[in-house]
Amino acid sequence: MSLPFVLEVGTEEIPDWMIVPAMNQLQDMFQALLDQNSLAGKVSSADATPRRLVLKAAGLIDRQPDTDELVSGPPKSAGPGAAAGFAKKLGATPDQLIVQTTAKGEYYFLHKRTQGQATAAILARELPNLILKIQWPKTMYWNGKGSQRFIRPIRWLVALLGESVIPFEIGGVRSGNATHGHRLLGKTSILITTADFDEQLRTNGVILQAEKRRDKIETEIAGLLDGKNLRIKPDPDLLHTLTYITEFPSPILGSFDSQYLELPSEVLITVMRHHQKYFSVEDSQGNLAPHFIAVMNTNADPEGLVRHGNERVLRARFNDARFFWQQDQKKKLEDRLSDLKNVTFQAKVGSYYEKTQRVVDLVKLLGGDSNTQRAALLCKTDLTTDMVKEFTDLQGVVGGLYAKAQGEPEPVWRAVYDHYKPLSMEGEIPSTAEGRVLSLADKWDTLASCFSVGLAPTGSKDPFALRRAAQGVVRIVVEGKVKFDSPGMPPDLEEFMRDRVEYYFRDVRNFAYDEVRACMAAGWRDLIDLESRLKRVQAIRPTPDFEPIAASFKRIKNILKQAGFTEISAVDESLIEPGPERRLYDEFQRTSGQSLESRITPLRPKIDLFFDKVLVNAPDPAVRKNRLTLLHRMLQEFSDIADFSEIVTERSSS
Amino acid sequence: MTAPTFQDTVFALKKYWSDRGCIIQEPYDVEVGAGTMAPETFLRVLGPDPYRVAYVQPSRRPADGRYGENPNRLYKHQQLQVILKPSPADVIDQYLGSLTAIGIDLSKHDIKFEEDNWEAPTLGAWGIGWQVMLDGLEITQFTYFQQCGGFDLDLVPAELTYGLERISAFLQNVDSVYDIEWAPGIKYSQVRFQDERQFSKYNFELADIKMLWQLFDLHEKECQRLLSTTDVVLAAYDQVLKCSHIFNLLDSRGAISVTERVGVIGRVRRLALGVAKAWMAQTEYAQTNPPDAAQEVVA
Repeated sequence: MSLPFVLEVGTEEIPDWMIVPAMNQLQDMFQALLDQNSLAGKVSSADATPRRLVLKAAGLIDRQPDTDELVSGPPKSAGPGAAAGFAKKLGATPDQLIVQTTAKGEYYFLHKRTQGQATAAILARELPNLILKIQWPKTMYWNGKGSQRFIRPIRWLVALLGESVIPFEIGGVRSGNATHGHRLLGKTSILITTADFDEQLRTNGVILQAEKRRDKIETEIAGLLDGKNLRIKPDPDLLHTLTYITEFPSPILGSFDSQYLELPSEVLITVMRHHQKYFSVEDSQGNLAPHFIAVMNTNADPEGLVRHGNERVLRARFNDARFFWQQDQKKKLEDRLSDLKNVTFQAKVGSYYEKTQRVVDLVKLLGGDSNTQRAALLCKTDLTTDMVKEFTDLQGVVGGLYAKAQGEPEPVWRAVYDHYKPLSMEGEIPSTAEGRVLSLADKWDTLASCFSVGLAPTGSKDPFALRRAAQGVVRIVVEGKVKFDSPGMPPDLEEFMRDRVEYYFRDVRNFAYDEVRACMAAGWRDLIDLESRLKRVQAIRPTPDFEPIAASFKRIKNILKQAGFTEISAVDESLIEPGPERRLYDEFQRTSGQSLESRITPLRPKIDLFFDKVLVNAPDPAVRKNRLTLLHRMLQEFSDIADFSEIVTERSSS
Repeated sequence: MTAPTFQDTVFALKKYWSDRGCIIQEPYDVEVGAGTMAPETFLRVLGPDPYRVAYVQPSRRPADGRYGENPNRLYKHQQLQVILKPSPADVIDQYLGSLTAIGIDLSKHDIKFEEDNWEAPTLGAWGIGWQVMLDGLEITQFTYFQQCGGFDLDLVPAELTYGLERISAFLQNVDSVYDIEWAPGIKYSQVRFQDERQFSKYNFELADIKMLWQLFDLHEKECQRLLSTTDVVLAAYDQVLKCSHIFNLLDSRGAISVTERVGVIGRVRRLALGVAKAWMAQTEYAQTNPPDAAQEVVA
């Protein structure tokens, strides 16, 4: 017998960004539950809206298979008393025991038969735990102190195996076969079966599959803009949000007065995107058009009331922005500098005024010119403007725009505008040299000052976004080619930066992990140099002589380590034996000063031969010491590029 | 159908919640920044006793003043605050019913519940909830209280905070709060414009900073005295509200430096937690169930 299964956890509106991770957990946990209990069956879909988490599975059996197990008991020699005790413990009688001969002699055994449990009973027992075990970023209780926690209150539960309800209860809500439709478009208490569930939801205003909701949004937006020579500004994150904040999404096209286009497009887009969750619309040249797309959570706007309402809200927001713009212009950025004394950077570190002083000094240290220093002085002053207080995402951008409006030269305002970049791993770094130096100084100051008061990130907690700051530092230095000798670092910051550097080259730039380790072992503080060494190692890696030589270096390193050899002296030529040792030494001397790339091929056979024929651990201590010195020198000469013993080779790993 | 006046909307909401078992209270008569701070919320959400109340609370936020020149920003706005303790299972349906009751035909509009968790560090309070968006306009803050005064709450209250000016402007389709018709033939500006202009001037320019600091110290001392030597918790709580408002005034005067700020917030918070602790201690319940937050209150 093969049964379908459906579970629906009906809730109040779950934050959009938490839904997909929760469904992934639920799906994995449920599949594991089926597997561990031998219930057959596979999860066939995991879908969700803000108000429901829905899991479907197919092919479940209605009862666990019975199991047959041969349990070994006491040896026959222990006698009938022991046998009876064994039988009793397993709920059997002595006559059910059998005797079998094993390698250790004759033993009692029992065929123990365990009857499988009903699937419905197992699920009824396990599902409440499973549901409550989903990890959410922040949970709540709603039935009073000490009651169960979930992301939002659970209001109904559907759990069907075949057409039977799997009975259980969470926080006073009993499972059943009744779902709820869309808040405004559907009914409540809709009786469903596993077969008609989706259809019933659909007729009650709920599109269960996120993919279908997304398609509906995209298709209908295309329809709204068709023939108008307009397009939306692509925004996958916003599309995701709107897909998971709605059960029945319907886009509408709204407009605003084109007089607002006088405001910077950055401001207009932020208002639409972050405050109103609207898509911006642009013409075919990429200029912002006086339109927007809002996505409703309902089926239609026949009287245009929703469009009108959204246009009204946007107008008020734009009016605010224009008001802020005009107000803010009354006080120049440079006159706001002392106001930064009242803006906290971090309680333990101090104000943005103090941060500004440090960043200016750091910019000087980095060789920033007068424009960069000017930008450093102004870069945080926009934090005191009404515009940034209202639209915090626009910090930096607003400062740049104001600096431009106040007649600052382009290198200055652009540096201010860009100084928070890169905003993400993929985001672009500042476009100008001044911007890169400023951004670097700002981020480095944030890192150094936070670490100095013990605010290092721990585990997944990184409230000051120090990982992002560190990643920004690495990217700006490497990709922007900024000369940066990081000033003295405390050990925890050094380790933190080391991790970020390793992550960057390995996971972002896709260098092999052992190449990254090898090159970093030869130094990592100069990131531009590190990058060039990585590129060299990556280039010679596929050459036939490279990995053998790397394996030899590992061997050399081990030999030196075992010998406890640290002494540094010159090789005594008179102690060099003719033959393989002499040949290696001569080749080493001959190629001295040449590049790594050109030395590998001639040296490799000499090294191989040396190890094949020469005993490093010579009986004569002077000879032994001389050989160790030779090996040590070879290791030294190459180690300014990479520690090749870190390279994982077939020879070294076998 | 003509749009309801501002006061019609208030009447309709009060009637609606009165029909659902709420006491209709009058605004609290000490300055507060939000309806949550009125004792009808701050104290009543504590402890095991069910409670339902609704009231309009004029809420003063000195720094938000714009001299009456901004159509959407006010130094003092009106909130309609509803507390349902414990929250009923159909609380959202009841809330949506209240929108219908004030003349919003939900079949013609777009309602969304967007994540917005509320937190008031000075009150040791936080909750989980949403901002309710009507056609893109935030009209209500909906919160399931989890903690107040540092205490985990015995019963989880739902707090509904309606922004009355926004809702009224929406219903009347006007772009400026000052154009809202408050009573038939009377505009919001006729009732409130002078408050906005004069208090903005006072809050930003005229308030005597030295005097405010003195008042802050005096109210703080009075609160501490009442808490340590008497059982008049309610009177002590008024002193907390005074301190909180004076803090806001000092803030709008730009008189609180970065280094001072955290400390002053901490002073108000300690008073608020002390009041909550004393309030809890006055219930029999608290005597048999020592509060989890006791250490925090002492700290």
